[in-house]
Amino acid sequence: MIQRLIRIFITNSLKMISLLLAVSIISFILVCASPIDPVQQYIFSLGTAVSPQQRAEIEEYWGVNEPPVERYLNWLGEVLKGNLGESAIYRRPVADIIGQRFLNSLALMISAWILSGLIGFALGCVMGLYQDRALDKILKKICYILSSIPTFWLGLLFLLIFSVWLGWFPSGFSSPIGVLSENVTVWQKIHHLILPALTLSLMSFSNIALHTRQKLIDVLHREYAQFARARGEGKWMLLRRHGLRNIMLPALTLQFASFAELFGGSVLAENVFSYPGLGSAVSAAGLNSDVPLLLGVTLLSTLFVCIGNMIANILYGIVDPQIREVHK
Amino acid sequence: MKKLNRRKKVIIWTVFLVLVFLCLYACGILIPEDVIASDFLDAKHMPSWKHPFGTDALGRDLFFRTLKGLSISITIGMIASAISAVIAILVGISVAVGSKPLDSLINWLIDLVMGIPHTILILLISFALGRGLKGLIIGIASTHWCSLARVIRGEVLQLRSQPYIAISRKLGKSSRWILVHHMLPHLLPQFFVGLILMFPHAILHEAAISFLGFGLPPEQSAIGIILSESMRYLSTGMWWTAVLPGLTLVCIVLLVDKIGEHLRKLIDPYSAQE
Repeated sequence: MIQRLIRIFITNSLKMISLLLAVSIISFILVCASPIDPVQQYIFSLGTAVSPQQRAEIEEYWGVNEPPVERYLNWLGEVLKGNLGESAIYRRPVADIIGQRFLNSLALMISAWILSGLIGFALGCVMGLYQDRALDKILKKICYILSSIPTFWLGLLFLLIFSVWLGWFPSGFSSPIGVLSENVTVWQKIHHLILPALTLSLMSFSNIALHTRQKLIDVLHREYAQFARARGEGKWMLLRRHGLRNIMLPALTLQFASFAELFGGSVLAENVFSYPGLGSAVSAAGLNSDVPLLLGVTLLSTLFVCIGNMIANILYGIVDPQIREVHK
Repeated sequence: MKKLNRRKKVIIWTVFLVLVFLCLYACGILIPEDVIASDFLDAKHMPSWKHPFGTDALGRDLFFRTLKGLSISITIGMIASAISAVIAILVGISVAVGSKPLDSLINWLIDLVMGIPHTILILLISFALGRGLKGLIIGIASTHWCSLARVIRGEVLQLRSQPYIAISRKLGKSSRWILVHHMLPHLLPQFFVGLILMFPHAILHEAAISFLGFGLPPEQSAIGIILSESMRYLSTGMWWTAVLPGLTLVCIVLLVDKIGEHLRKLIDPYSAQE
């Protein structure tokens, strides 16, 4: 068992490394191909006139005139050493910015992830138990509708209702404006986190709910479940004794595999709520041609998604005996 | 009223959808620019009979801007999802050739594209192409084919092990003949349903990317741009600028999604038991 897990782990890690390398190459090519000249943008952002000589110096310093392959190898070497370069808009090392903002994003994503998992799983169980009843139909409709709503629009609605009209929540940022970061209490941070997290989780729970519903219905139609019902077990007892064990791990697997959507959604949610995480950093980087930051966030997001997929694969290997047989 | 079966429902909905799309197209072409020109005397009006969706901070009529934006979104969505679906079917079919390395390469490629969050990848591509319509379409087209390609790949693998394909091969038919005569007819329904179900995703992504400022230029009236402008005025209580255009987008998405789901159940009756 453990040997098998190690094997899955190793094959997945190798794959992850190859994917990360490919992503770094592709994103580097894309950034190089961009007609938006980073030097020009940088000079533009300085706001002062720059002589051609100074411009040449900047180009020399940044090394934009070297051949792309060489530039890529230089960059990759530095990245492997942990140096992601310096951000052009924040004038700080990219690794610092990412580290700091990633914590913010992580808090947002983890809370949304747990919330959507719990809501989705609970609703899925309820829908499965009350299959084809009014409750099930209503919830199913809600799930379908929620999955067609753009994240940022839902965010705007929440902003409008809860912070503009009702005034329950602040309209953005991870802490109150004008308060030193040392004085921000945990409660204030949570207060600022609630709306974005709620938006993000509402966007992603429908997937897990519909999946859980389907699995539970499958289980409840099995013979052992019917026998249990004939023995007189009620709905909830049935769920506890036979349902949960069978549907919990697949749901968890699915939830781990949804990291890509989670990250994509967080980019939008953070922009709506001006939450200082990676998502708002990446769109600012793209708009201001901050290439090092853009590349850094892309790599990090790929790493994040790959780790989620790897966990999902490993869990899948544990859950599904058929896959277990293949790997033997 | 007599209960309609699924096929009839699909036909009715499709006719309705085509009508809506045609209307939107006509609006996109026919609405002259001066209807949505800014008029500062008329700015920040609540929805009324004269302006069904109200006017924005620059006094532009939001109803016509929304219609115009939707016609752009639909065009982008259609082009992007068509390209994406063609990529998907090409990738899926290339599995039918049957070489193992090619299959693993394709799997790896799918994992690669799925490995980068779509929003980030579209953002990168649109950055690479200098932000604008072209980047948006290419970005959306190159990210949405994965799941459909997986479905088609699975289907092809399953078809390949069917007896009649093996017999056909033993009878000396070439791979291409088998592909055209035995496989494509099975794959086409999947292809069309995949295409239709891809469309809502495509326009949602289009709106999202425009919202972030990477898509169409700000003077265009795409939905994403209207919404991102509305964000600035939310705190002053201009709710209609955010709510109404977004709601129309959601309605279009739901409509297409509904037709796609019905079609999917028509070609795969097993899943209708869900």
